[in-house]
Amino acid sequence: MYELIIIGAGPCGITASVYAARKKINFLLISPDIGGQAAWSGDIENYTGYQFITGPELAKKLEEHIKQYNIPFKEGETVTSIVNADDFFTVNTDKSSYRTKTIIIASGKRSKELNIPGETEFKNKGVSYCATCDGPLFTAKDVAVIGAGNTAFEAAIQLEKIANKIFLINIGSRPTADEILQEKANKNKKLIIFNETRPIEICGEKFVSSIKINYQNSQKVLPVSGIFVEIGLIPNTNFSKNTEKNDKSEIIVDANNRTNIPGIFAAGDVTNVKEKQIIIAAGEGAKATLSVFDYLTRL
Amino acid sequence: MNKKVKVFSTPTCPYCIHAKDFLRENNIEFENIDVSQNQEKAQEMVNLSGQMGVPVIAIDETIVVGFDKNKIKQLLNI
Repeated sequence: MYELIIIGAGPCGITASVYAARKKINFLLISPDIGGQAAWSGDIENYTGYQFITGPELAKKLEEHIKQYNIPFKEGETVTSIVNADDFFTVNTDKSSYRTKTIIIASGKRSKELNIPGETEFKNKGVSYCATCDGPLFTAKDVAVIGAGNTAFEAAIQLEKIANKIFLINIGSRPTADEILQEKANKNKKLIIFNETRPIEICGEKFVSSIKINYQNSQKVLPVSGIFVEIGLIPNTNFSKNTEKNDKSEIIVDANNRTNIPGIFAAGDVTNVKEKQIIIAAGEGAKATLSVFDYLTRL
Repeated sequence: MNKKVKVFSTPTCPYCIHAKDFLRENNIEFENIDVSQNQEKAQEMVNLSGQMGVPVIAIDETIVVGFDKNKIKQLLNI
């Protein structure tokens, strides 16, 4: 039986782990990857102590930090469910199962999917959730970006350097991205914006060849090789059915990172803490472990 | 017996960077193929893996899609 299981190894889960190691708590860290969303970030210039660091470099630093403490880490494992018993929890993963007295959920967020026909079938076959990663594979091709917020426009700006034509597909009547990004993207004549447009279906044979859209109430087919889905993020909470959540599916925590279930704590982007920042997630992770420590001493 | 390792990557993809760092840390020699600079090689990667996501890691004849650390460890006995 562990005293604590930390779910997630982004900046939040790793900070929680470092604090747990220093408090000599008997714990386990479980995560499919290291670095979380930070590993996907471009340039980071607001994490104090580093005037400038890239996402992958910060992920590396986080990894080094847990190695220094010999933290027991189940890397490559995904938590599938949490089962409550009278005085302990069972954490089930895709590979094993573990018992623990307390849990910190620091599982962060992931890209939201469109949920339209063809999306799953053509994942990595033209459908991408990371323009930074996969963009260069669409050199001189026509592509669509779905979304109209900051990440969608950032993706469009990246793709303008690579692709031929870029169709930006926006459900709303006007884009919501910062003006400065919109201006930058619009400077390039490659960008064509479709407002009040809904993607309906992704089509192709082996790879994506087109996207069906509903453009101002009439159907239209855009021939594209790539579709970049940039419609925001959702919290990774599928495994945690019983914790109370807000309308964004974020786990509701109090000022000490406690959820509605005694013994389950949550921290970072997966929670209702309003600001989603690397430095805030890290701070919340530290807070959560200190709350757990306090909780364990009272058991 | 050294296995032949090729990494199809783009310079901007975080998981490509992680994959290459991981190989270097384990003293595995590999050939890095930047598919953003070479259309032919990009097509080769698509043909080999049947998909368009990076990284793709070829270990001898075996194709690993994405930075699947456990599979790479297993294939390279590290």
